[in-house]
Amino acid sequence: MSRGSRAFISGNEAIAAGVRLARPHVIAAYPITPQTTVIERLAEMVADGNLAAEYLHVESEHSALSACIGASAVGARTFTASSSQGLLYMVECMHYASGGRFPVVMMNANRSVALPWNIYGDQRDSLSLLDSGWIQAYAEDAQESLDLVVQAFAIAEHPEVLTPVMVNLDGFVLTHTYELVNVPDQVDVDAFLPPFQTTNKMDPERPMSLGFTAGPQHNQAFKQLQHLSMLSAGRVIRETEERFGQLFGRNYPGLVDAFLCEDAEYVIVTLGSVAGTVRPVVDRLRSMGERVGLLRIRYMRPFPELEIRDALAGTKAVGVLEKDISFGYEGTVFTNVNSALTRAGAKPPRLLNFIGGLGGKDISVTDIEALFSRLKASDAGETVTFI
Amino acid sequence: MVNSSKKRLSIRELSEREFFYGHKACPGCGGSLAVRLALKVLGERSYAVVPAGCMSAVGFIFPQMGFACNAIISTFPGTASMLSGVAAGARALGHENVHAVGFAGDGGTADIGFQALSGAIDRHDKIIYICYDNEAYMNTGVQKSSLTPVGARTTTSPVGQRLRGAVTGKKPMFEIVAAHGIDYAATASVGYPMDFIRKVEHASRVEGTSYIHVFAPCPTGWGHETSETIAVAKDAVDCGLLYLAEYVDGRFLLNHDPGEFASVREYLLRQGRFRHFSEEEIASVTVQRDAGWQRIRRDWKS
Amino acid sequence: MNHPERKTSYQPPSRLEDYPVGTAFPSGHLVEINAAWRSERPVINTERCTKCLICWLLCPDGVIRKTGDGRLEIDYDYCKGCGICARECRSSVIRMEKEGL
Repeated sequence: MSRGSRAFISGNEAIAAGVRLARPHVIAAYPITPQTTVIERLAEMVADGNLAAEYLHVESEHSALSACIGASAVGARTFTASSSQGLLYMVECMHYASGGRFPVVMMNANRSVALPWNIYGDQRDSLSLLDSGWIQAYAEDAQESLDLVVQAFAIAEHPEVLTPVMVNLDGFVLTHTYELVNVPDQVDVDAFLPPFQTTNKMDPERPMSLGFTAGPQHNQAFKQLQHLSMLSAGRVIRETEERFGQLFGRNYPGLVDAFLCEDAEYVIVTLGSVAGTVRPVVDRLRSMGERVGLLRIRYMRPFPELEIRDALAGTKAVGVLEKDISFGYEGTVFTNVNSALTRAGAKPPRLLNFIGGLGGKDISVTDIEALFSRLKASDAGETVTFI
Repeated sequence: MVNSSKKRLSIRELSEREFFYGHKACPGCGGSLAVRLALKVLGERSYAVVPAGCMSAVGFIFPQMGFACNAIISTFPGTASMLSGVAAGARALGHENVHAVGFAGDGGTADIGFQALSGAIDRHDKIIYICYDNEAYMNTGVQKSSLTPVGARTTTSPVGQRLRGAVTGKKPMFEIVAAHGIDYAATASVGYPMDFIRKVEHASRVEGTSYIHVFAPCPTGWGHETSETIAVAKDAVDCGLLYLAEYVDGRFLLNHDPGEFASVREYLLRQGRFRHFSEEEIASVTVQRDAGWQRIRRDWKS
Repeated sequence: MNHPERKTSYQPPSRLEDYPVGTAFPSGHLVEINAAWRSERPVINTERCTKCLICWLLCPDGVIRKTGDGRLEIDYDYCKGCGICARECRSSVIRMEKEGL
């Protein structure tokens, strides 16, 4: 039995390949760099008859997500993609999708947000939207991108979750970098991902009113239910990955990816493709006898507080490296990590925040080595540093 | 008068089913009548998309659901885009003989919803977009929209020492959607309900995008008796400030020429929002009306 | 049934688990009436009514309905007393009466 085919494709193309396998009914998207090649590949598939989806050329990102919600509201599986300015244009609809419990899947090409204008990758766009009620995953490489987007439909549509999912790829660094990827066979994906079933929809046989108002007496209950479902998603994600591993032979480690953290004294915590730059530094320092590690957070929502606590247990110093800053305070990933560790009474002696890569600023192996040196230094210095 | 539709429903043939019932609209609401009548024509296999505005605010207050057919509230700018999504989803899933119909107010259409409407028309998505025009943002308390007529008193265009009501006039939505080359467009009034019903029925058979602009008086915002809604809506047509027309097969069609117009003055002064008008202001409105009708009578087929 | 009916036995949710998932609820689900809104009510003189159906057509709330023998009756639970029916009646057979104090 054939177990997929090998392709030399970019992160964006891997997303398109995964989306096609998931058999969405409706795709509605608006072009923005560096997402464009995702929707271009999908358009080619539709034009060639290789993807039987309704493809809507919407006139804005707000309309893209609005159309996806409309399609989801009649029971269709939907997909959209955006980045940066476009993502922010659809924020009203993001809350709409999550509050309405519509399992839309979106790929976001992480890109800096104006002003100044910049088309390169940082993560301010998605990290500024952690409160929007979407599950957020961050891919490290093209294979994971494809696998994440296929899993995203299964997670989003799970009856205990019914929450939209955003799959983030670092702009250009991952979206436009080519790698060898295993593209699964359609028959295997069909076995993994059954057709979308829901009662949360308009139905000619059973008329429903959707998107209603709920006043002060009832509103909070809806929001609390949404929160509880997001918390359940952690378990559903792990179950989904296990099923995925059985079918496709690629096993994912859940909400975090801990690399040599078990006995580490110094750990860098980060998201996305920059982890690929940290790994060789960890390897090199380990070969010199240093107990260092990398903790890559794969899902920022639901937030893996227990997994982070466990991975960082026994560390002397931890540095959260992120491509994001919440102006006037600290990086958002740091805020989340700090809170989780503090609440668990498990904060390491030194917890530092490194802000870098904004607007696509390069982060090199040398930069990472310097961060580990900072962690090892007895004088912690400033908690928040721009590198 | 040219009949653009082959089928003409009589009042007795109209469905007895009520698809908009128990809602919390103001007594005498013109908009709610437009929604009620349109859904009678379109029937139970309708997916109604209703943006933030009067009709959604009064029809979906958990646990009281005023729509008896399938219905969903869209974001304020998103009526037409959500309609496009509903139509695409229904098509992909093989739902047959369904209508994706939107009920948006003038603000949700000509202002914040304009972009999405333009996009939907451009895509020729199979949707019916009905704008109920009560000439202001009524749901939020009677603020000026781009469909508020010149001189009208609203809460954001009050009558004061320096400015007397709205400074600008109505954006020509009918002509704008026609300029897109839309598959079908029509103007209507709840004062001529059977004409409105005929146009909804026609729209239900269009393989493409339909836009119906239905004039819907608001007693609360306009300052007239709740019992006068239909009379005011009829008066607007009879005095020529509103025309009943269609854009079909790429041509403008005038459905009704009143010939000799009823009094603009009486139409204006029967409503609180215009009661401050001076004779000069009334005359100015009349001149505008005459100029508009000169063009209509010259250019449009009737 | 041509029109939605009030769910007299409806109890609003009190526990989280009683709430619907997502903002989805059956259409035509009515729990409240609108009768208290009005200060006067329309009364149809069914003897003199010609059954032209204009009032039925023009009621914004759809509360005028045809009965089995063709007479028109008003659902006073949902009539708001706007007076359009009385105003538009072609035969002047509907009068507005003050609601009891």
